[in-house]
Amino acid sequence: MKLLILLVVVVGIVALAQLARVYELSAKLRKRREEDISHADHRLNASLFIVFMLVFYASVAYLYVAYGDYLPVSASEHGVGVDSLMNINIIIITVVFFLVNTLLFVFAAKYYYKKDRKAKFFPHDNKLEMIWTVIPSIVLAGLIIFGLRTWNDMTGEASDEAMVIEIYSKQFDWTARYPGSNAEFGLSNYNLITSNNPLGIVTNEGIAESLAELDASIEKLDNEVRYERGVLLSQKAKYEKELKNLKNHGGHGHAEHAEGDEAHADEHTHHGMSEEQLLAEIAKIDEMLTSDLVSVLSETALEAKKDKLYRLKRHKQRVLDIEDFDFSDAQSLSAWEAGKDDKIVKGEFHLPIGKEVEFVFRSRDVIHSAYMPHFRAQMNCVPGVPTRFKMTPTITTDSMRTIMDNPEFDYVLLCNKVCGSAHFNMQMKVIVESQEDYDNWLNEQKTFFVEEVKEEAAPEVPAAPVVEGEPTASIN
Amino acid sequence: MAANAHHEESFVSKYIFSHDHKMISKQFLITAVFMGIVAVMLSVFFRLQLGWPGQSFSILETFLGKWAPDGVLDRNAYLALVTIHGTIMVFFVLTGGLSGTFSNLLIPLQIGARDMASGFLNMLSYWMFLASSVIMISSLFVEGGAASGGWTVYPPLSALPQAMPGSGMGMTLWLISMVLFVASSLLGGLNYIVTIINLRTKGMKMTRLPLTIWAFLVTAILGVLSFPVLVSAVVLLIMDRSMGTAFYLSDIHIAGEALDVTGGSPILYQHLFWFLGHPEVYIVLLPALGISSEIISTNSRKPIFGYRAMIGSILAIGFLSFIVWGHHMFVTGMNPFLGSVFVFTTLLIAIPSAVKAFNYITTLWKGNIRLTPAMLFSIGLVSTFVTGGLTGIILADSALDVNVHDTYFVVAHFHIVMGLSAIFGMLAGVYHWFPKMFGRMLNTKLGFAHFWLTLVCGFGTFFPMHFVGMAGAPRRYYEYSQFEFLDWVMDLQPIISVFAIVGAISQLIFLFNFFFSIFRGQEASQNPWQANTLEWTTPVEHVHGNWPGALPEVHRWAYDYSNPNYEEDFVPQTVPLKAGEEDH
Repeated sequence: MKLLILLVVVVGIVALAQLARVYELSAKLRKRREEDISHADHRLNASLFIVFMLVFYASVAYLYVAYGDYLPVSASEHGVGVDSLMNINIIIITVVFFLVNTLLFVFAAKYYYKKDRKAKFFPHDNKLEMIWTVIPSIVLAGLIIFGLRTWNDMTGEASDEAMVIEIYSKQFDWTARYPGSNAEFGLSNYNLITSNNPLGIVTNEGIAESLAELDASIEKLDNEVRYERGVLLSQKAKYEKELKNLKNHGGHGHAEHAEGDEAHADEHTHHGMSEEQLLAEIAKIDEMLTSDLVSVLSETALEAKKDKLYRLKRHKQRVLDIEDFDFSDAQSLSAWEAGKDDKIVKGEFHLPIGKEVEFVFRSRDVIHSAYMPHFRAQMNCVPGVPTRFKMTPTITTDSMRTIMDNPEFDYVLLCNKVCGSAHFNMQMKVIVESQEDYDNWLNEQKTFFVEEVKEEAAPEVPAAPVVEGEPTASIN
Repeated sequence: MAANAHHEESFVSKYIFSHDHKMISKQFLITAVFMGIVAVMLSVFFRLQLGWPGQSFSILETFLGKWAPDGVLDRNAYLALVTIHGTIMVFFVLTGGLSGTFSNLLIPLQIGARDMASGFLNMLSYWMFLASSVIMISSLFVEGGAASGGWTVYPPLSALPQAMPGSGMGMTLWLISMVLFVASSLLGGLNYIVTIINLRTKGMKMTRLPLTIWAFLVTAILGVLSFPVLVSAVVLLIMDRSMGTAFYLSDIHIAGEALDVTGGSPILYQHLFWFLGHPEVYIVLLPALGISSEIISTNSRKPIFGYRAMIGSILAIGFLSFIVWGHHMFVTGMNPFLGSVFVFTTLLIAIPSAVKAFNYITTLWKGNIRLTPAMLFSIGLVSTFVTGGLTGIILADSALDVNVHDTYFVVAHFHIVMGLSAIFGMLAGVYHWFPKMFGRMLNTKLGFAHFWLTLVCGFGTFFPMHFVGMAGAPRRYYEYSQFEFLDWVMDLQPIISVFAIVGAISQLIFLFNFFFSIFRGQEASQNPWQANTLEWTTPVEHVHGNWPGALPEVHRWAYDYSNPNYEEDFVPQTVPLKAGEEDH
């Protein structure tokens, strides 16, 4: 295969070289200058412009016919306005496209060079120029007005009745959160994210779990760093040297600071350690060295672990800061409480038909973009900066399946901002259904809080009833 | 005069560390041609994957090795290829290559100057450009691969090595390369501005400047005002990556770890980036439009229609380009009212653009058009500029942008309006000024073949992408089989790939013609296109200082073609006005 490609390239180059040589020679024979385009060439290029134009137009027409119905009818209320705006735009630009390209190619073909003709000297014409300044301005003004009206409809405040759903993104999946029975989202904090609390919802249990996880990691890393063989051995050597110094100088060894050797500086820290203490330390190190916790790490690995340890300790401090948060005012207290009945779903999320929904988008790691083409909806998910988009679904999944004549069809939410290696498969199904079906579905979803309780206490109990009977957990 | 006292030059000072603008222009061109070859090859590699996802191509393994195990492109490598293709094309070919080549060549020659204001800074500009090119290419070979977050390298993706392999060493090199590139652009740009303002020859009023020079001037001003903002964006990103700051980072939990960052905003980077990024579109496009204005007028044997309106629209486009950057950010959650303002300013750009397009067409009307390869490419440019520009009206409309943002529709739009147009302008420039640069002619018939193949393949590649995008296909996806609703429109992908590959192969015709003609082309005459501008009054053999005698004096504008007062159909700028003849 490689050989074949190489061969093709080589043959191509040789052929071109020969071709050029032929032209070279024939041109020399005819004394043709490269800049003198022959009449035949002019005619050829002129007709190619017309041929190209026709083929181009035919292909464009084919694409419009075959692929012009690019998306099915909009499944959201604002999308209908977007679609009619889009249609008007497409009609206008299609007309201009054909008009301008036709003028261009026809002029290029019609006025090709003839020796005995002189071009028309026509340097400017204010009236003409005014026409093609004013007409586009008027058309654009219309498009701007229509466009901004649609834009304002889309981006206005959501009504009070709107339900709120949080769409949470991370590499490479989506999570949806529903506020649960109290209709209010709990606070969340990225420092509290654990495998059981993927959104970092702030509750006492969440904090406790996060702290437990952090403590475990800190302890593990701390051990790894402390039990590193090289570190232990150098520590031991230091103590032994000190011990030797102590013995050499008898009882008054550390009173004199005569020795100027390197040990001197280290001595300082253990200043005043007695022989017994030193022996005890050495024995402790010996014991540690026999432990199966002992590891051997390269210097860079050790440094990396120390760094990580430092970062984990900072992380722990941030979690403790959340715990210490002053929630004396009623609002923050209720926000803290609110997280307990939040419902978290993955894989697919449901929407009731005809009800306005305001999405809140968040991201945990990089920028993602929540794109729902069938609803003409898109909004970026930006870490640290929640964003919003509101819409009202108008066609249920079932109806859309009928419209599309495709029983398999489903609405999707896909990621539309490059986010890493699996960006191309970061998706979630969207189901639009009747209010009744939606309510049933939502009731079946687990709450964040109950899920944890369930694991500990009664895994068989259905989620929804439990949440009613659950006593309010006290804070601290 | 002292300036043309000929002293012997060594090989190194003549060809390598040259201060002569004509040599530096050639250095830029040849570097850009090599960068262009790399960028086109990268696009062929990922078009293979997009056209026939998952299929094995041994050519991929040959070139990419472990990035394409068993001939199937790796996912991360795909993103790296897309990113580096975009970066090289936008910055190295269409910014450095286009402005570097033609601003350097034409500014002194067309305004009647001996050289650039500072030959040394000019040389420095090229060498920084080369260094940054070398660093960018070398980033393809480091562990983890080249930068992979798309050519816009949005943080946090680009700021966190944990986020993807390409955000490691590859990203560091990308950033370093970019800083050098901007330094190069600034040195070049300042030089261009100073030269145009100060070194015009006697009689060369601003209103007699060829439109090329006007375009280069506005381009240089845009660059000088906007590139420093990119540097600040890049430097802050470097600090976030390496020094523990959090300008762009907030509340991030990645790779199982909550980072110690709060209060930054990734959106800040986007504002800084697009404050350069949008003027950048015109930094790429304006020189191409300037070049085509010159070529269309010369070869139509007609004055460019509406010279003053053309200058006005260049200035208007330049000014507006600074207040439209937000249209890249309609879906970042920006304040909707602010979005409305950007809709308004963006759509305003359509007006000067429409004026330019219609003026080009009126220039052709009743002309006596010489269909040289340069002219063909310029006519092609008008078509791509109009066709691609029109879809910009949809993207500028925030309500519509929501549904096509970051889809193939955008890819189609900017590849046609900016990619094809600028490349066509650059190729037109090469065909037109090749005799001035190398003293020889390019083969015309190969030029015809090159043009028609490029035009057909250019539109064949990018036009169908509009429909792929409107159906909802996001850009920068490794493959689309995960989404059933896109299946029907994916029929177009192999067709697009075929056009892209044939288009890439047909560039070999140009490469052959280019390198062959440098050495073996027909020897050029002094003014092969019978043009009016000053560069054609210089001798074919390059001399230091451009004119062997005194500098030419200018008496008229550059567009006196087919002036009824004269027998010949062109009147060079150096010809004095006849008694009673009015300046244009």
